Amino acid sequence: MKKYLGTLIVVLVLLLVYAPILILTVYSFTDATSIGFAGHFSVHNYVTLFTTPELADMIWGTVALALGAAFLATILGTLGAIGSFYAKHKWQSAINLVNQIPVINADVVTGFSICILLVAVFGISKDTYIPLVIGHVTLCAPFVYLSVLPKLGQMDPSIYEAALDLGASPSYALRKVVLPQIMSGVLSGFAMAITLSLDDYFVATYTKPATFDTISTYVVNATRGSQTEIKTALWALSTIIFLIVLAVALMMNRMQGRTDNERRAKAAERA
Amino acid sequence: MEKNAPNIIELQNISRVFDDNGYVAVQDFNLTIGRGEFVTFLGPSGCGKTTTLRMIAGFDLPTSGQILLNGEDITRLAPNKRPINTVFQRYALFPHMNIFDNIAFGLKLKKISREEIIRKVKRVLDLVDLEGFEDRSVATLSGGQQQRIAIARALVNEPQILLLDEPLGALDLKMRKEMQLELKAMHERLGITFIYVTHDQEEALTMSDKIVVMSNGKIQQIGAPEDIYNEPINAFVADFIGESNIFKGIMTGEKKVRFCGGEFLCMDDVPEGTLVDVVVRPEDVILTGAEEGTISGKVTDVIFKGIHYEITVESGKYEMVIQSTKTPKVGDTVGMDLEPDGIHIMIAEDHITRFEAAVTGDYQLDYNGRIIHCDLTTVIPGARRQGEVLVDGSGQVIDPSRLRVHVSIEPGDIQMSDDVEAGLTRGHIINLIYKGDHYCYVVRTEHGHDLIVDDEYLWNMGDMVGLILPQEKMTFSLKK
Repeated sequence: MKKYLGTLIVVLVLLLVYAPILILTVYSFTDATSIGFAGHFSVHNYVTLFTTPELADMIWGTVALALGAAFLATILGTLGAIGSFYAKHKWQSAINLVNQIPVINADVVTGFSICILLVAVFGISKDTYIPLVIGHVTLCAPFVYLSVLPKLGQMDPSIYEAALDLGASPSYALRKVVLPQIMSGVLSGFAMAITLSLDDYFVATYTKPATFDTISTYVVNATRGSQTEIKTALWALSTIIFLIVLAVALMMNRMQGRTDNERRAKAAERA
Repeated sequence: MEKNAPNIIELQNISRVFDDNGYVAVQDFNLTIGRGEFVTFLGPSGCGKTTTLRMIAGFDLPTSGQILLNGEDITRLAPNKRPINTVFQRYALFPHMNIFDNIAFGLKLKKISREEIIRKVKRVLDLVDLEGFEDRSVATLSGGQQQRIAIARALVNEPQILLLDEPLGALDLKMRKEMQLELKAMHERLGITFIYVTHDQEEALTMSDKIVVMSNGKIQQIGAPEDIYNEPINAFVADFIGESNIFKGIMTGEKKVRFCGGEFLCMDDVPEGTLVDVVVRPEDVILTGAEEGTISGKVTDVIFKGIHYEITVESGKYEMVIQSTKTPKVGDTVGMDLEPDGIHIMIAEDHITRFEAAVTGDYQLDYNGRIIHCDLTTVIPGARRQGEVLVDGSGQVIDPSRLRVHVSIEPGDIQMSDDVEAGLTRGHIINLIYKGDHYCYVVRTEHGHDLIVDDEYLWNMGDMVGLILPQEKMTFSLKK
């Protein structure tokens, strides 16, 4: 009895988590105009998604923003983590604390304050995309920092000095010796930065140019509107995003498994 | 720049103070190292030896002073510009590169042709006995092998100086002994100057041409291993290098010294009346019959050590550790004697008399039945009174029967009295030395402790006197 109860709870939880996505996926393949109504199988939502220029522009704009912001945030976050790792202890604690605040802080506060600083104080126009990019980099960099720092902790700190000792310049030592050691942390920080940027709604609302929309801002506006054509196309978009995330998650899982196996094999070879 | 100067590196008045806490890691360090020498920095952890090495490598900058390499100032030169290579404590191999790339790292930066690099890597792998390891990954090597690769990676750059920072610390004993001999042989073959850092005195004695003994950031003694062992300059060096018995003593005549409850002939001509520290190596003590030695005592401990026994003998208030192939039993009374050349005399830096006291049930100090008043809350860190008992920082009750307190007093503060009951203890005068304006006496207490007392009046040899030890002049510390 107890055993069945456990299984039942697990099934219920999984159902709660995945049922909405499944329903959305099912409806994305119908011609129904609203969820709850019966419809016939159709791929017209997918056709609309890829043929409406407005939708395509929005998707590619969001992806470009995510890649660009994640790239800049990864450079900043990684350099910050390296700097803090080799700093004196009291400085390291201070940097950790300063890095912690944007992580905990509500996105709406981050977005609003960046908007005020850049647009109102410095007079930078939102149309230059600069406030948007800076906003997303600010959003992502602390997470990159957090994902790189533990990798540095696992590294033997004297290998950097060893590289200098053998004649390497500080930048060569960072690129050829330190970076390969923390690469997995940098990559997962980059991946995290992409998802954060894709997810973001608040920072984008406050800092984006009026004519530009990210998926999040677009979806929020579209679901409020009455354009059923666009609304149902977004079901298709959600399904595609979910499938991509699923694929990435599976891939990362396999990669992790492989490195674990390699490590085990190495240990066995040594013994 | 004089390439053939006899001294390859000179450290002049080097000090290193850490700015965040003002800690003085190295203080006024002066050292000259000759070309091709094997020099070891020896000292306990925290003595500044690694900091000094890091300043030579360029990882740390001196707060003041100069480092000269071949007569040229390199104090502020970046580490990658110095013709010096380091073997790190935990090897610091690059885990993502194979052995070839690890060793070739320095060579590739020098823009040497590929063929030349391959040839040099192969030669240096031969040197460390790991031929054919080029394609192995770091993770597949044992600790000893990684150590050899670390040495190869440093040596392949043909540095003028090789720095080794406790390189054998992570290896097991047998491996360590092997590597010691190999490093020594490598040094002789290559003729490169080696600067080696260790806290292991045996390692230092085995390998070095010159040992620099350090403590608290200061050089204690510089010398060849034999000199440091046979002629330690102070009690710290004597205690750190090899096993030793160290006693407080006083010169009682020409080449005569009193310590450990006996008077011995010695080799050092130190003026009569000088307060000295005496070092006796355990292997220099001669065990004799109970009545035949200069001093005698009761055996309290015998430990088998393989080639000899380590015997602890208690003689009055003194304790002597002896290494001998003879095996007295615990409880035996034995005699002990010393040849003059088995006694090493050092002028004492201080001559504080120290004795041990027990603690009574009501937290007073008990010295052979007499009470010394002492506030134990000032002796034990964090302790406080709680009603009748004393508790420590975490609130645990302190058990007085397990406490021992060291009581220290300057010899000048002890007074003698005709009234034998007047002081904390009593004894009779066994030595009398005239020092111009006062006399210096050695008083043997009833408990077998020789105390040195200065007094301006003349007493007679053999007089029984009371010894007054003023409590306000005493300092107390907890026996660990």
